[in-house]
Amino acid sequence: MGSVGAKDVPVLLSPEGIRVDGRRLDELRPLRVVAGPLHRADGSAFVEWGANKVMAAVYGPREVHPRHLQQNNKAIVQCKYNMAAFSVDERKRPGLDRRSQEISKVIAEAFESVIFAEEYPRTSIDVYIEVLQANAGTRCAGLVAASVALADAGIPMADLVPAVAVGKVAGEIVLDLNKAEDNFGEADLPMALVPQSGRLVLLQMEGHMTREELSHALDMGVKGCQIVYDKMKAALRDRYSAARPAEVAA
Amino acid sequence: MSEEITADILTTHILDLAANGKRMDGRSADQYRPVSVEIGFVTTADGSALARIGDTAVLSGIKLEPGKPFPDTPNAGVLTTNAELIPLSSPTFEPGPPQPWAIEVSRVVDRAIRAAEAIDLTKLCVTPGEKTWVCYVDVHVLDHSGNLIDAAMLAGISALHHAILPSKRFGIGEADTPLDVQHTPIECTFVRLGDAIVVDPSFEEERAAQGRLTVATDETGRVVAMQKGLVGAFSPDDIRATVERAFHHGDRLRAVARKGGTL
Repeated sequence: MGSVGAKDVPVLLSPEGIRVDGRRLDELRPLRVVAGPLHRADGSAFVEWGANKVMAAVYGPREVHPRHLQQNNKAIVQCKYNMAAFSVDERKRPGLDRRSQEISKVIAEAFESVIFAEEYPRTSIDVYIEVLQANAGTRCAGLVAASVALADAGIPMADLVPAVAVGKVAGEIVLDLNKAEDNFGEADLPMALVPQSGRLVLLQMEGHMTREELSHALDMGVKGCQIVYDKMKAALRDRYSAARPAEVAA
Repeated sequence: MSEEITADILTTHILDLAANGKRMDGRSADQYRPVSVEIGFVTTADGSALARIGDTAVLSGIKLEPGKPFPDTPNAGVLTTNAELIPLSSPTFEPGPPQPWAIEVSRVVDRAIRAAEAIDLTKLCVTPGEKTWVCYVDVHVLDHSGNLIDAAMLAGISALHHAILPSKRFGIGEADTPLDVQHTPIECTFVRLGDAIVVDPSFEEERAAQGRLTVATDETGRVVAMQKGLVGAFSPDDIRATVERAFHHGDRLRAVARKGGTL
């Protein structure tokens, strides 16, 4: 993690087990999910998670571009994760970098695990994630936004895909790392869950944990994902329940 | 996929309506869609604003960093405007290098900021020939429902108005100070629909347009930038009338650009 060679490592955990931002070990940052905020996209979602702000849009199923990627037996899922130049402290030069490409790939694969792609052969389902303001955990926030956007676009899927990162800070396993914890903590373990099956479709890890700590972290992450899952479902209900009474009345 | 398809019947409908002084969304020829500006949307930026015109949404973030002045202007700071027409905002935008018309948006906005001398670039100079502030105006289009130029201008100038020079962070000064913005350029865009010239084109109206004209004005009564775009033509009288209308709308939009809020 980022602690090697760092000048000042802040105190990340109080003796009472309270974190720098006042949270308990297993507490999420405030999370707000809005389904369908964009007008041109087939589906969209906005996620505000702690100090992260992420917008996602979904287009498709539509013609595959570039055409040679087309598959005859199923739809392909393409994902582009991108950070706005002003989303981080030091201006990020616009354009693709290796980190964004790796994140795009693992997110696309996570969604391919749940989308019923065989229903739409020779098409592409395009997922765009734009990080507008970053503060640790953008891949999870992006994945959550994109999953709600896929549902908003009406793409048939086995389930929504909630995500959260678990980490290790000052020797303790904690849920949903903030920026200070991400920079100076000992481990980071982002994961995405398919709640219906209880299986993980995205998993990365960096840092060091014992087997016992890892086991505890996995349990904590799955619990965290359940809370995120509820917020995602509520956002979709909010978006579509407004239309329902009118239809029933007619 | 890069080609937007518009039905002939829709184009005909828009032109028929315009001939009768009407528009698809019920506006008059001289009426903007609802306009709003939310200041400080992104806290990682040194200044930011989210501008909406109807369903169009554009987010601008300012970044100020120390850098080297250009050799031919050793006493001036550097201003860079960049528009990202990200594929999230429209079904026809593709990832990759910006397309010519995305470059047009950023250049037209850049020209208005520069020509109006919204920022006195000499004040950005720290050490002549050696060190200066570089001001990045990054414009991120989130939702493209027509008239990107006006929305980008509104977001950009509003973000500049509320930008803070991070002097302390870069060890250039004792305290952070607001960026000095001395003028507020505003762009107003019009399109020709038959004989009618309407302000603030919607996405469909842009598709049907027979010429587009953007006029940037400032609060001192100067025209600071213009751009004719799309296929079509305007007479000198058309242009004179359009400039008058641009001043009228410009003054109203300027208040929102400076303070935020809705119109």
